[in-house]
Amino acid sequence: MMIYADNAATTKMSRAAIDAMLPCMERDFGNPSSLYSIGQRAKELLEQARADVAAVIGAVPQEILFTSGGSEADNQAIRSAAELGRRSGKTHIISTAFEHHAVLHTLKRLEKEGFEITLLDVHEDGLVRPEELEAAIREDTCLVTVMFANNEIGTIQPIRELGAICRAHGVLFHTDAVQAMGHLPIDVQADNIDLLSASAHKFHGPKGVGFLYARKGVRLTNLIEGGAQERGRRAGTENVPAIVGMAAALKESAANMHANAERMTKLRDRLIRGIGEIPHSALNGDAVRRLPGNVNFCFEGIEGESLLLLLDDRGISASSGSACTSGSLDPSHVLLAIGRVHDVAHGSLRLSIGEDTTEEEAEYIIQNVKEVVEYLRSFSPVWRDLTSGKSSFIL
Amino acid sequence: MALYSEKVMDHFRNPRNVGVIENADGIGEVGNAKCGDIMKMYLKIDDDCISDVKFETFGCGSAIASSSMATELIKGRPVHEAMQLTNKAVAEALDGLPDYKMHCSVLAEEAIQSALEDYYQKHPEKRPGA
Repeated sequence: MMIYADNAATTKMSRAAIDAMLPCMERDFGNPSSLYSIGQRAKELLEQARADVAAVIGAVPQEILFTSGGSEADNQAIRSAAELGRRSGKTHIISTAFEHHAVLHTLKRLEKEGFEITLLDVHEDGLVRPEELEAAIREDTCLVTVMFANNEIGTIQPIRELGAICRAHGVLFHTDAVQAMGHLPIDVQADNIDLLSASAHKFHGPKGVGFLYARKGVRLTNLIEGGAQERGRRAGTENVPAIVGMAAALKESAANMHANAERMTKLRDRLIRGIGEIPHSALNGDAVRRLPGNVNFCFEGIEGESLLLLLDDRGISASSGSACTSGSLDPSHVLLAIGRVHDVAHGSLRLSIGEDTTEEEAEYIIQNVKEVVEYLRSFSPVWRDLTSGKSSFIL
Repeated sequence: MALYSEKVMDHFRNPRNVGVIENADGIGEVGNAKCGDIMKMYLKIDDDCISDVKFETFGCGSAIASSSMATELIKGRPVHEAMQLTNKAVAEALDGLPDYKMHCSVLAEEAIQSALEDYYQKHPEKRPGA
């Protein structure tokens, strides 16, 4: 059996996306900036894609800027808000400790440039508290950036409330919606969002493309200088096939969102129940306020990379927050942010199921995770010390 | 391109000499759970030879494979030869490790050194030059 359970890393492209892309490469290959008809045909496809993307999130087409992906959108959103803040003497930014590195590293850079950064606590359940945001906002706060749903533990933040607080204080609100787009309903108006980042390959579109929503009136700073594409805010000939593929994938995901979420939530909860039967394991992040496809556990006494390799041998593709899977010495900053200690953060497993995951596959995953965890524990000196009472269980 | 060599995957999937030796002559444990790697080596020594060796490891694929290979390299060998085992020899026997995984082979070398040191502490008369 081959089970792809790493949809938070990337997704398989949808048929709709591929079918939409092929004509852009074979027939309508023109440069959208060219005046002749092949170019203008490409321009039409580009603008139709912009309208389609805008419609899904309740924006107008002029508010959508196509980028190379979520990271570029995050960088540009934060840079732009910081630049606006700097001009009015506001150099304080609020975020959270468990943002994606595209956000955290951009903030680190801004800190070196003189900005002050406050990271909100995400608590054991992986959720930001609106009242803590309210308390953290200052006179000189220029931006609040909080991810819509976390990429590792899947927790869904109270975006609408956070956005309302920002609006009341006249502070720009950005959300990295890379994991949420196409999976959760998002309405930039109702959700009080000023800036939003998304990436196509997380919702069955192609890699290397994403978009930035910027509310009308929020002036963007260019990361890439050059031609006048994207209303002068992002130079470079547009990647028309990828953009068209993204729009097709997003339209399809949005149309099936409700039914998919209902099915996936059931399977997710089955996985959480089944894997939760493993002794000395713990679910990471709130059990209910999480993405329909996200399951993330810590297992005491084992290390994540060896768990992933053995699951791969059994046909299951998954992910871990262990240091060994990242090539760094520290385990996932997300798991540390919700208070997991290093010892157990190394033994984490993320399963992110897809729309096509079946009940049979879920049962296979549960059975195999149980077997592999038990096997690895059977020769783990850490597990021996725990079970012999030489050290104490954390989970 | 695979993350690990075939040799590493073989020793990871089918680790040799896994387990515990009751009344071992030397026991060594190195690493810590905070960093994500712990190796524990058990030695049985007869007539200045490693007559048996077992290991337990908490760690990544290369940590498990390095432990397994290290036990293979010293099993049946004279103690003085086991003392000379280097991490480089372990890594080479595994047909190489990725750069950022070399520390796993270092840990295997250290675990064996630590178990031998435990043996010498129990049997000071056996220490070379004693």
